[in-house]
Amino acid sequence: MQAEVEETLKRIQSHKGVMGTMVVNAEGIPIRTTLDNSTTVQYAGLLHQLTMKAKSTVRDIDPQNDLTFLRIRSKKHEIMVAPDKEYLLIVIQNPCE
Amino acid sequence: MPHKQPPRKQSINTGRGARKRDEDSGTEVGEGADEWAQSKATVRPPDQLELTDAELKEEFTRILTANNPHAPQNIVRYSFKEGTYKFIGVVNQLAVHFSQVGNLIPKDSDEGRRQHYRDELAAGSQESTKVVISETEILEEEEEPKESEAEAETEAGSQIDMPAAEDRECQMEPPPRTNFSATANQWEIYDAYVEELEKQEKTKEKEKTKTPVAKKMGKMAMKKMTSMESQSDDITKVTQAAKIVERMVNQNTYDDVAQDFKYYEDAADEYRDQEGTLLPLWKFQNDKAKRLAVTALCWNPKYNDLFAVGHGSYDFMKQSRGMLLLYSMKNPSFPEYIFSSESGIMCLDMHVDHPYLVVVGHYDGNVAIYNLKKPHSQPSFRSSPKSGKHTDPVWQVRWQKDDMDNNLNFFSVSSDGRIVSWTLLKSELVHTDVIKLKVEGGTKDGLDGLQLHTVGCGTAFDFHKEIDYMFLVGTEEGKIYKCSKSYSSKFLDTYDAHNMAVDAVSWNPYHTKVFMSCSSDWTVKIWDHTIKTPMFIYDLNSAVGDVAWAPYSSTVFAAVTTNGKTHVFDLSINKYEAICNQPVVAKKKNKITHVQFNPIHPIIIVGDDRGHVTCLKLSPNLRKMPKEKKGQEVQKGPAVEIAKLDKLLNLVREVKTKT
Repeated sequence: MQAEVEETLKRIQSHKGVMGTMVVNAEGIPIRTTLDNSTTVQYAGLLHQLTMKAKSTVRDIDPQNDLTFLRIRSKKHEIMVAPDKEYLLIVIQNPCE
Repeated sequence: MPHKQPPRKQSINTGRGARKRDEDSGTEVGEGADEWAQSKATVRPPDQLELTDAELKEEFTRILTANNPHAPQNIVRYSFKEGTYKFIGVVNQLAVHFSQVGNLIPKDSDEGRRQHYRDELAAGSQESTKVVISETEILEEEEEPKESEAEAETEAGSQIDMPAAEDRECQMEPPPRTNFSATANQWEIYDAYVEELEKQEKTKEKEKTKTPVAKKMGKMAMKKMTSMESQSDDITKVTQAAKIVERMVNQNTYDDVAQDFKYYEDAADEYRDQEGTLLPLWKFQNDKAKRLAVTALCWNPKYNDLFAVGHGSYDFMKQSRGMLLLYSMKNPSFPEYIFSSESGIMCLDMHVDHPYLVVVGHYDGNVAIYNLKKPHSQPSFRSSPKSGKHTDPVWQVRWQKDDMDNNLNFFSVSSDGRIVSWTLLKSELVHTDVIKLKVEGGTKDGLDGLQLHTVGCGTAFDFHKEIDYMFLVGTEEGKIYKCSKSYSSKFLDTYDAHNMAVDAVSWNPYHTKVFMSCSSDWTVKIWDHTIKTPMFIYDLNSAVGDVAWAPYSSTVFAAVTTNGKTHVFDLSINKYEAICNQPVVAKKKNKITHVQFNPIHPIIIVGDDRGHVTCLKLSPNLRKMPKEKKGQEVQKGPAVEIAKLDKLLNLVREVKTKT
């Protein structure tokens, strides 16, 4: 199981256009990252709050619903956040490389 | 004080007495009285109302009620039960003018009795002290006892030395404190309720499973998914999220392809008369399966984006391992499931009711069942030489409906001439030979007068969609036999189909009488099973690897050839030619081995012998539905399809009967 997940993360990292991946735990502390420390900490803190807000919004409207993923498309790249029960997986990709 | 009182009394008395005496004659006093009387005349205040007599006589009724004028008259309170503000009808009219807490207690109460007891004790002690004092005083003066008695009547207070006041304090450790903060949202409340519900259900289930239900438990254990036990390592909990993110990343990379798949319709088809095109979408390949040919393709009946690819080798000399890969269109870069086996996989099928069960047939004659729900890459069930595996490659396997005991079963056909039915009993594969294919007229005289039957080699079969027991078998000699599951020795019918081995046979999904066959002798033939000669024959200039009927129309089918071309035919548009004839694979030496239509989406997958699977979208011309005439409803459904094909067949039959 662990090997599979590791492999998946490796594949994601080596996919075309992916700039960085990170795994953040429920408190906003990054566990795993492929970027440098300061960037990671910044991304982790900000995106954690945003994801909590987004999740709260979705569930407030309908408690039976839940957030699957969050995509933020900006001029330079796209940030994709996939929340899990305890963790947050963040990937930054530049799709049109 | 008491001394002053009597003189005052006396003075009053004398005052009164003086007046009495003076009543008769005492003009001074009488005048005083008159003055008093006069001073009683009414004086009118300046600001009094001036009223007429009538008004003065008017009666005003005043009703005295017990209502408190200061009490509010319209109290409104919020009722949580109804969620609105409501009037309170009855208002408290009590007006308290004065209240004082007194210090009287009833004699008979506990406290009263206790006080009485204490007083008695105190009085007793006081009297004893007084007696002592009075005794001592008696000795001194004799007049004193009277006074001391009088004193005892008036006051008997005595003061004792107050004991020194002592301060006593006790301090304990304060109870431990923590800060608690939480949010109470609608969804938090919902979550709590859901948890509670689950707990209740679990306790109910525990009670139920206490009763032994052995068989059902066995099956349930097989069918139910084993829950993810991810406690060991942190990173395993990210599996689901990682999967989603991988798909997202792929979607970004192949964004244009995904958009094409969903929305692109070739507009040029309008100008192309009847022809259509195939738009290449994704290409699926895996490093591990690079040198293996695609030997089987199958769409999953439940999940329309999932399909299975079997890898093996058609080359007799170069036999190596096999692989079973399952891809999802949502992630074209990596397969969802990977299984590897020692022997090449030649065919596969997915169960309709249990879409996680995949049966494969191997080159070495074995059959195996893979369960996608179980993570490890070994097959759940495998045949062995003991359990009756084939002695030659298994060319096709097909799931059948569950038998009477709800056991899974499937059929397999192989070049060793046997068609075998396998049943899954509990945890074993049990085989039953259904039919042994014999070449008619091919009996040889062996040693000792034994008659050896040359065994025919089955290469393809297909079961009828409605008539359960009937199926077709294609052989290496080019013959097609119509067989029944119940008769094991005789065939219902034989068709001299081809000159070379029959590669595929397939019943029409709508029309119950029509089937199609293809062969390495470059032809595709369409038959009516009641007639011995084919209805339509198509020569495709190259060995035909596979044919497949389209699920949306009874007259559309696709055929793939070894020169890398895909042909799509629509009999209702053009009976003699393909409406699409397109090379699909890049290099010329690449042979296409299989083709499959997706049941829902307008796409086909094509596998070649380099291990690549290409997904192509059918252009609108290839998916034509019958045009609706004005005023008539478009009837959709199998009936229309059958009628369409019937019309064509009738035309052909007429021609045949004429010739």
